[in-house]
Amino acid sequence: MIESILTISLILFGVAILITFIRIVIGPTFPDRVIAMDVIGVNLISAMAIVSVLFSTRAFYDVILVLGILAFISTISFSKFLERGAIIERKRDI
Amino acid sequence: MKINEVILQSVSKIVVFIILTLALYLFFAGHNAPGGGFIGGLVLASSFVLMLLAFDIETVKKGIPVDFKLVAASGALIVLLSGLGATILGEPFLSQSFAYFDLPFYGEVELTTVTIFETGVALAVVGVVVTIILSISEDV
Repeated sequence: MIESILTISLILFGVAILITFIRIVIGPTFPDRVIAMDVIGVNLISAMAIVSVLFSTRAFYDVILVLGILAFISTISFSKFLERGAIIERKRDI
Repeated sequence: MKINEVILQSVSKIVVFIILTLALYLFFAGHNAPGGGFIGGLVLASSFVLMLLAFDIETVKKGIPVDFKLVAASGALIVLLSGLGATILGEPFLSQSFAYFDLPFYGEVELTTVTIFETGVALAVVGVVVTIILSISEDV
């Protein structure tokens, strides 16, 4: 019972990632594509959690943490690039 | 237009320490579980990248006055010396050993010579990655 529910939710996460990939391909503007890639990162983290429940293993917890950190930093750098043009500045104008 | 960055800077001041804790955990989880010097060094470098994103190069250089090219070179030196230490005792190059010790407050721990090797790998990875990012971001 619980196993089939987890499998169905994994399939739905795959479908969600596919739909988001269509948004990346046809996305009219650059911010659309950036937000779609962030959504793919969040979906991957959730799918990893479900996989670790399904296999009843702890080996994927590190993957979840590292993927979360990478998604966080990539979102910040993309939004800073969109807003300012420069990602890492030499001297801030305070 | 002046841009308000209070939220980014306040959040990253806390999140940097979470990332440093994860990097230390990944570093010490190595040689028995997924983890090790390379991944620990990469996560450590990502915390430096977050600091560089939230603040600027001058502030981070003032806070951490370390030349990262020197860090990479000393990491490679530590790797070489940990390999050469085995040849003094008559063992082949890079051979390792481990033993169990009773430390106060921790109980029985496994101390290995691989940890010295992993320290060198982590230092080399941090130095190389931060140097690459700093030199890419120049003159934009």
